[in-house]
Amino acid sequence: MRLYSFLILLLCSITAVSQDCNNTLSGTVTDFHDGSLMVEATLIVAGTEQAVQTDSNGKFTIQNLCNDTYHIQVSHPYCLTKGFTVKLSGDTTKNFLLEHHLEELNQIIIDGKAYSDKTNTMLQNNLSKEALERFGSGSLGDALNSLSGVSSLNTGNTVVKPLIHGLHSSRVVIINNGVRMKDQEWGAEHAPNVAINSIGNLSLIKGAGVLQYGGDAVGGVIVAEAAKVPIKDSLYGKTLQTLSTNGRGISLNTELTKSYLNGWHANIQGTMKRFGDFEAPNYILSNTGVFERNFTIDIGLKQFEYGIEGYYSFYKNEIGILRASHLGGARDLIRAISNPKPLIINDFTYQINAPKQDVTHHLARVKGFKRWGGFGKLSLQYDFQRNNRLEFDIRRGDDKGDASLDLELDTHTLLLDLDTHLTKHVDLKTGIMGRYQSNFAQNTGIRRLIPNYDKYDLGIYTIAEYQLNDHWFLEAGVRFDHTQMDVYKYYRTSFWESRNYNQLFPEIVDEELNNQVLTSPELNFNNFSGTLGAKVVFNEEYKLFINYSLASRAPNPSELFSEGLHHSASRIELGDLRFGSEVGQKISLAFQKENAVFGYSINPYIHSISDFILIEPTKVEQTIRGYFQVWEYRQTNAQLLGMDIDASYVFAANFRYNHQFSLVKGYDQTRDEPLISMPPVNTKNEIVYQNTAFNNIRLALQSDYSFRQNEYPDTNFEVFIPETGTSETVDVSTPPDAFHLLNFNSSIDFKVTNESTLTIGFTVTNLLNTSYRNYLNRLRYYADDLGRNFSINLKINY
Amino acid sequence: MQMIWVEIFQSILKSIINFLNKNKMKQIKFLSTVLLAGLLLTACSKDNDTPEQAHEEELITTLKVTLTPSGGGTAILMEYKDLDGEGSDTPVVSVSNNLAAGVTYDGVIEVSNETEDPAEDITEEVKEENLEHQFFYTSGGGLDVTTSYSDSDDDGNDLGIEFTLTAGAASSGTLTFTLRHEPTKPNTGLSDAGGETDIAATFDVTIE
Repeated sequence: MRLYSFLILLLCSITAVSQDCNNTLSGTVTDFHDGSLMVEATLIVAGTEQAVQTDSNGKFTIQNLCNDTYHIQVSHPYCLTKGFTVKLSGDTTKNFLLEHHLEELNQIIIDGKAYSDKTNTMLQNNLSKEALERFGSGSLGDALNSLSGVSSLNTGNTVVKPLIHGLHSSRVVIINNGVRMKDQEWGAEHAPNVAINSIGNLSLIKGAGVLQYGGDAVGGVIVAEAAKVPIKDSLYGKTLQTLSTNGRGISLNTELTKSYLNGWHANIQGTMKRFGDFEAPNYILSNTGVFERNFTIDIGLKQFEYGIEGYYSFYKNEIGILRASHLGGARDLIRAISNPKPLIINDFTYQINAPKQDVTHHLARVKGFKRWGGFGKLSLQYDFQRNNRLEFDIRRGDDKGDASLDLELDTHTLLLDLDTHLTKHVDLKTGIMGRYQSNFAQNTGIRRLIPNYDKYDLGIYTIAEYQLNDHWFLEAGVRFDHTQMDVYKYYRTSFWESRNYNQLFPEIVDEELNNQVLTSPELNFNNFSGTLGAKVVFNEEYKLFINYSLASRAPNPSELFSEGLHHSASRIELGDLRFGSEVGQKISLAFQKENAVFGYSINPYIHSISDFILIEPTKVEQTIRGYFQVWEYRQTNAQLLGMDIDASYVFAANFRYNHQFSLVKGYDQTRDEPLISMPPVNTKNEIVYQNTAFNNIRLALQSDYSFRQNEYPDTNFEVFIPETGTSETVDVSTPPDAFHLLNFNSSIDFKVTNESTLTIGFTVTNLLNTSYRNYLNRLRYYADDLGRNFSINLKINY
Repeated sequence: MQMIWVEIFQSILKSIINFLNKNKMKQIKFLSTVLLAGLLLTACSKDNDTPEQAHEEELITTLKVTLTPSGGGTAILMEYKDLDGEGSDTPVVSVSNNLAAGVTYDGVIEVSNETEDPAEDITEEVKEENLEHQFFYTSGGGLDVTTSYSDSDDDGNDLGIEFTLTAGAASSGTLTFTLRHEPTKPNTGLSDAGGETDIAATFDVTIE
């Protein structure tokens, strides 16, 4: 096959006539599916028979070429060899994409789907290690935010929660190294507990079509995977250091990998990140420091027929919450909103005081698989996660310094997956998942926000993939999940009765205390989900993805059981015990043109969600502390419409223009009003200069424009002011103005020795030091967003 | 409505967890257990019995103001009680009597948490943390009163547990008592005090 294609190449190649033949063709060879760089790929120039290999970074350089058209054959072990036609004019950069399929069949992939497509009938976005390193001092949410269709719901600047097509929290499933993160992801101010530096490749699927990970990903799925380890004797590592001016912080990450030809491999990675108070353009954002520590250990054996792996990750993050955001009632909120500056500004410090979060996440996983020729692959995985979340509020008296919230969430999951090739063209994936979860809320002298509970999940899925012909690929899958929750919850008697629960659920009352009721609800949810999709490959460049997905999500503990004051939001939040599952149906289309010079994708979608759970203000409650706005969860029918556009154009040698546009509109169909907290229209435009011939220098200037959100529900409320005897409106709904940010990013490589490369990067974010507030930042009432930041990146690969 | 297979699944899971629990090394720290065990099969399931009731130690349910006429006479008692905290019940507000025009009163404030038994005296805490607290008195709606602080904190700034109130001409309106936590001290009043509101209790008051 290879020989054959090579012969064809030889036959149709034109021998170059020598003229000005000092040109260099350089670039990278990347995996067509996930953009990962391909090491030791061979490139042969037909006609001249020059042959080069890509280096450990997937890069190649071919010298002494003329201004002519060349045919280049690119091959890689286990890959389909592919011919490319390149027209040279001067030094040219070109990235070649190779189909990685064959390699996958041969490669022993320990974590099941490593680096391969997570779905074949939906457009998938990826962030490579290289791109992730640019966000090394930020968070996972910051990195994801750079993709079209993703925005972030922030609490200040350090709690960054990804928002996919307008949906977040429990609707976004995060898979970390094959393990579904269970880190109290329900809270809007809980950032994912995944260390960005431990990720080798990050994929984003903007929909629920990935049933093996769960049927409840109404918003989408984020898959983080560790870097692939080659099966050969090698020892390599990397140290990455970032120094930033804003927050006066440092981030240090180091990683070492050892592998053997017999398949054994080990990897260890650690990160320490410490920032003090961040700064807005005009003032210090007091108490916004962050102190993150994490490490991962991975040991495994990869063979063709079997493999086993053990993985452990520890993540701890201490995050300061803007001091000025801690309020006591609606009148404090009026003061905060009417004041252009935060009410509390202190001198810069690294100290993180209350209010703050201190989160620890342990994740351990063992996985093994066995492959039988002609049958398929069976894999078994057990994982354990422990998430301990401490939240510190400003407290009084003896409780000063104690956590207000102390939750420990333990999750055990057992997964059994089977991949079989039914026929040459039909693949079948089936699996069963069992999960046990328990939440334990310490008595902190404050009513429990999330009650103690035990939760059992059982899921079963099957997905069939059918390669009809060269052009059509079809996919269909179904999944069933059963969830049972056994809960112990103390309700306030006044709330219990005002909701009529005493009539509706008298059987779950265990005990009536002075002003509380102890209840033990047992909740059951049965959820069906499914996907149906097609991929149409018109030719090498044009592709169409069509996907319908049905996702069902059981309400999370916060939606069911919240009942109390949320300090950082200065509001009372009330869940609803009567909720049923939320069911989303999404149709997504993606038209893609892949071309090294001009490529684009257009991805419109329509998403109807019945029994969509949202939280919104309903009334104002008078307490001894004054007035508080009450936010209640409610179910409604929602519709989201949107479109993402990505485009990339090489307009001159080494110059590339990247464009991104994301639009989403969300409506509450029952009330006929816009949905709250929908991302405004956003567009990012970037000019990148990259020259692989000159130390791989990369200079990028990015413009990030966020429009004002003009569609929002009016949730303002009135508060009585005793001094004047009048009522004053608290404007909590008006979105802030549009803003425009300029960012600059650069890097350059230096070869230190044969084996090691030093990469120096220099980055400026918010170049013009623009003062702005973001509609999706929950602390936008209190302070401006981040001001200018300079950072220097040093990376040594060895 | 319990499906059989759910039962089976639960019992399998529970037995696995029980097995693991038997082998758990409670005394060794979790992390080292994980590292040592290597296979990380330590599962520490929590005690799933009834959780203890959380006492809301910092809850303030009640504000009592006693106004004693300086020249002697029957004291006026004002009480603002909200027993369910942030719950849906509205606070119960009472004022025992109208104020008399031209009379100066010595005022004392008491705050407590009446969900505890016996009720917890929070005035004590305010006194202990006097540098971090201050009461404010605000009249509104045409009520003709003037107030002044009778006590001070350890730095000599106003505290306000004790105060004097002088009733002016016959009028009616509102009188609000505000307790701020971590205010800026000294200050000229609520407008520049900052901090967080711990109490904001408004009474309808008449001077006759």
